[in-house]
Amino acid sequence: MTRSNDELPASARAVPESLVNELPRLRLESVSKCFDEVTVCDQITLDIAVGEMLCLIGASGSGKSTLLRCLNLLEPVDDGRIWLDNTEISIPGLDPGPVRKRIGIVFQSFNLFPHMTVMDNITLAPKRVLQQEPEQAQSVARTLLAQFGLEDKAKEYPDRLSGGQQQRVAIVRALAMKPEVMLLDEITSALDPELVGEVLDVVRALKGQGMTIVLATHEMSFAREVADRVCFLDKGKVVEVAPPEVMFSNPAQQRTQQFLRRVLQQ
Amino acid sequence: MTPRQRYEQSERRRSVIVAAVSLAAVGAVLAWLVPMAPGWEAVKRSFFNWPILVKTFPTLLKAFMLDVMIFAWSLPLIIVLALVIALCRNVRSAALFPLRVFGAFYTDIFRGVPTILLVYLIGFGIPGLGLPRPWNSPYLWGTVALVLTYSAYVAEVLRSGIESVHASQRSAAHSLGLSEADTMRYVVLPQAIRRQIPAMMNFVIALQKDVALLSFIGPVELLRQANVYKSLMANFTPYVGAAIIFLCVTIPATRYTDHLLAKQRAQRS
Repeated sequence: MTRSNDELPASARAVPESLVNELPRLRLESVSKCFDEVTVCDQITLDIAVGEMLCLIGASGSGKSTLLRCLNLLEPVDDGRIWLDNTEISIPGLDPGPVRKRIGIVFQSFNLFPHMTVMDNITLAPKRVLQQEPEQAQSVARTLLAQFGLEDKAKEYPDRLSGGQQQRVAIVRALAMKPEVMLLDEITSALDPELVGEVLDVVRALKGQGMTIVLATHEMSFAREVADRVCFLDKGKVVEVAPPEVMFSNPAQQRTQQFLRRVLQQ
Repeated sequence: MTPRQRYEQSERRRSVIVAAVSLAAVGAVLAWLVPMAPGWEAVKRSFFNWPILVKTFPTLLKAFMLDVMIFAWSLPLIIVLALVIALCRNVRSAALFPLRVFGAFYTDIFRGVPTILLVYLIGFGIPGLGLPRPWNSPYLWGTVALVLTYSAYVAEVLRSGIESVHASQRSAAHSLGLSEADTMRYVVLPQAIRRQIPAMMNFVIALQKDVALLSFIGPVELLRQANVYKSLMANFTPYVGAAIIFLCVTIPATRYTDHLLAKQRAQRS
């Protein structure tokens, strides 16, 4: 059942050949995170290549969201190290600002700022953090909004938009910072079924542009379709990392098989 | 009109009639009972004396302008100071810990002392230092006492507003690389203030009345003017006149606050 920790890094670093680059964009080494005695992420070791799309799957509470929050430095890791392009970002006391500029995150619950228009939501960080002129920030925002079919929503407030539109705005808000990596945390879980498609289309488009993406998801069919690799987490541990065609048809681990049988039956 | 609408209309009409009849009945009973009290004639003479009311009202109104002035310049000060104190109580960095202690002390002390006591202590105490004019005016220092008390209350309202903004909003702001200060300024504070406006309106209404506390230390504002008339005319009607003037301002303000609260409730549901 349990594998030794020495064995994990090698399997985790098995990046598809087409994506092999001299450097991984993100490298996680034995990353652990506890909340009051509960180990939510347990010695996670992973490499994520430039332009790769990695899907994290696993039951609720398996540590997917916490792992993404750790990568964005919203949660400090308790142990282990994280590198972004050869720079360690898990050093205690490191200023998280510059890292967050480069790693965008989108949340399950959108978390748009309800008191600001769509345009202000998108341009706030570019103006305050990247010191862009208002005109420049707005033109970037307009381009992105048009790209995702939201050009007529710039002046709306978030509560006037559907869930799918809000989530697309949240993605645009993260993209406006020109990140090198996008972390997507169950971004379709809070949506009505008929709105899931429009958000997944945006993710497909992002992948098409070569963005490095880490996506925590319950949408197995989507993971199978777009992922370069799929990572199965259980109780905070990486159980298996494999390309989707292997993961979904012939997983090596018994726990993966059990999990997939359970979720695919539904 | 559908049968349902007809039914609802008749129900509405019925409840309006019942409410009107019951109100009229209570009014009639009071109008019949109160004059039966043995002292009613005397009370009528000394509290509801129409000629005296007509004679004193214009001066009372003029004196009320002083209340309005004190109110008008203390309100912005209260808001600014309350904001500063609320932010002090929210600082996280260890180097600024003294600010946190200061904020906690400030709210504890100025909320804990009765307003009238503070008006006396500051309004008489500081001019007692023998400062040159205009720094010895009780009008000035009485207002300062009001500002200190009210800013402590409003600061607490703001602080609870800041804490009521969901942690995910901070996360979202941080994840975009915004600094702590920018997160507070652009994301948390605007939402906190908007949410707490009805609660703060209650303090605005209370302040309108509490300006009258300054009458105890000198400025001839509405209550003190009424007091002067009472002594001159040996009649309490000027007090009733003063009450009418206060109500003319506070009742609309109260209704407006209720309206804001109802609107907020409607938005949440």
